[in-house]
Amino acid sequence: MKTDSRFKTLIKSTNDVNFTLFGEIVTVPKGTTLAAAILSNFGEASRITETGALRTAFCMMGVCFDCLVEVDGNPNIQSCMVLVHDQMVVKRQIGLRSIGISKDD
Amino acid sequence: MTDFDIIIIGAGPAGMSAALTAANGGLDVLLLDEQPHAGGQIYRNVKQNHSKQSWFGKSYSSGINLVDALNHIKITKCFGATVWRVEANKRVLWSQNGESKVSTAVHIVLANGAQERPFPFPGWTLPGVMTIGSAQILMKSSGIFPKDSVLVGSGPLLYLVATQMIEANCPPKALLETQTLRMMINSLIHLPKALLNMKSLIMGFMFIYKIKSAGVPRYKSVSRLEAQSSGNGSIKFLFSHKGIRKSLTTKLLLIHQGVIPSTEISRSVGVDHSWNTSQLAFQPIIDKWGKTNIDGLYIAGDCGGINGSEAAVLYGKIVATKILYETGKINFNLYKKQSFSISFSLFFTNSIRLFLDTLFAVPQETLSPSDETIVCRCEEKTVGEIKLGLNEGITGVRQLKTSIRSGMGQCQGRMCDAIVRGIMLNNISQNDINILAPKARSPIKPITLGELSKMKLD
Ligand code: FES
Repeated sequence: MKTDSRFKTLIKSTNDVNFTLFGEIVTVPKGTTLAAAILSNFGEASRITETGALRTAFCMMGVCFDCLVEVDGNPNIQSCMVLVHDQMVVKRQIGLRSIGISKDD
Repeated sequence: MTDFDIIIIGAGPAGMSAALTAANGGLDVLLLDEQPHAGGQIYRNVKQNHSKQSWFGKSYSSGINLVDALNHIKITKCFGATVWRVEANKRVLWSQNGESKVSTAVHIVLANGAQERPFPFPGWTLPGVMTIGSAQILMKSSGIFPKDSVLVGSGPLLYLVATQMIEANCPPKALLETQTLRMMINSLIHLPKALLNMKSLIMGFMFIYKIKSAGVPRYKSVSRLEAQSSGNGSIKFLFSHKGIRKSLTTKLLLIHQGVIPSTEISRSVGVDHSWNTSQLAFQPIIDKWGKTNIDGLYIAGDCGGINGSEAAVLYGKIVATKILYETGKINFNLYKKQSFSISFSLFFTNSIRLFLDTLFAVPQETLSPSDETIVCRCEEKTVGEIKLGLNEGITGVRQLKTSIRSGMGQCQGRMCDAIVRGIMLNNISQNDINILAPKARSPIKPITLGELSKMKLD
């Protein structure tokens, strides 16, 4: 079930980026962090822990690691620390991925 | 030969002012920051936001001068740059766009700021529970504002963000404050000294006045906090107020319990730390010029102890002034004169600190939360599990990590170290506690093995 965003977008820009977020095509202003893009489009969890608990971004400044998602096949990306770009494909992160392993290893 | 005279880590108020002072004095500076833009958390996106600064207030817009001045021929700036290792021999390893680099310098200044104090209670990990600082970051950097949020906790940031939300026409539904009457009484003894920083006191009163006139309900001395999920992503927030159990339902619960220094870099490089008994946090041991026990390694701003952004600017200046003197760029007289005038300003700015620390003291239930509360968000470990470990004779954080795995997840203890410390203080006798700051190890931020193997090292 889709949960509406918990935020209201007050500042709109015209310079947009389009990408795939949790299976939907979304449009957000250029220069937005991925976590902000997620929070402004979805109210539900962006990560599910090993025990099945739901999580959303918590600190927005790179401390808590609750905002981890999978970006273009690479897991463990801190969505609050990366900016969106055209054509990126973002998936929820389910369970734990061990740190230090990515698809190019 | 080193690549730079100084490497400064963090482009917030302290790092920016250190960079400018050093560059104006003729030193080559490398300024690294993890964020996409200069400003740190306090002046986040100040440059990008100049059309809507009225929402964020005057002290925010003042950051723009510092950011503009960074366009200096002697300053090399790198943003989106994550420092993952700092070595005592002044080598810094950092990653940008998936590629790691090494830079060397004669001096290193750590100015990596603060983080919000973890504020655990049952349900603080639910979707829709975020920190007040995170909401402010979203407001400043993405122009998205909390809808019908409830603000819980204590500290100046609570009032500042509530005011900014009111200005932007997205007022919070309610403010729930953990501050007690006792804390207010305890703070009175520090009020006379705080009067020396009248400007900040008046600003604080203005915030509270705005919140009152906007009609936002305030509940004081709330305790026994608990968040429950109540369907369709909503949160039912329960709390005790004047002896009665109450609840509020919201989509967004924003929590805050002050800030603590970010010490993972200073701990990982071997700087000595001590426990600050009034701020209840570890901080590096530094002298008045920000010097640490490691030669050439300095600390400026809130990562050396919480004093706020105004003080951070001054600390950045004083550290850079010391380095300019030590490298022979300024003479003794100029050095004496400048450091005296900075120390003088610092005295006034910091005169409010003890007052604020006691007025917004950390409540006991945050220091030692109830047993079912999750402490370690990464490994999903509860207070009860930690206590069990302590009963079995564990006396140090390291032992807790290896046997219970708390603090062993992705955040490397950033979110739970401070809580674990409080639980230990409350549950084992003082003499048994291993009071050393927990060790931090590099990489202090995760990097992939692929990136590591591609690194060029000479
Ligand atoms: S939201 Fe905390 S690390 Fe990204």
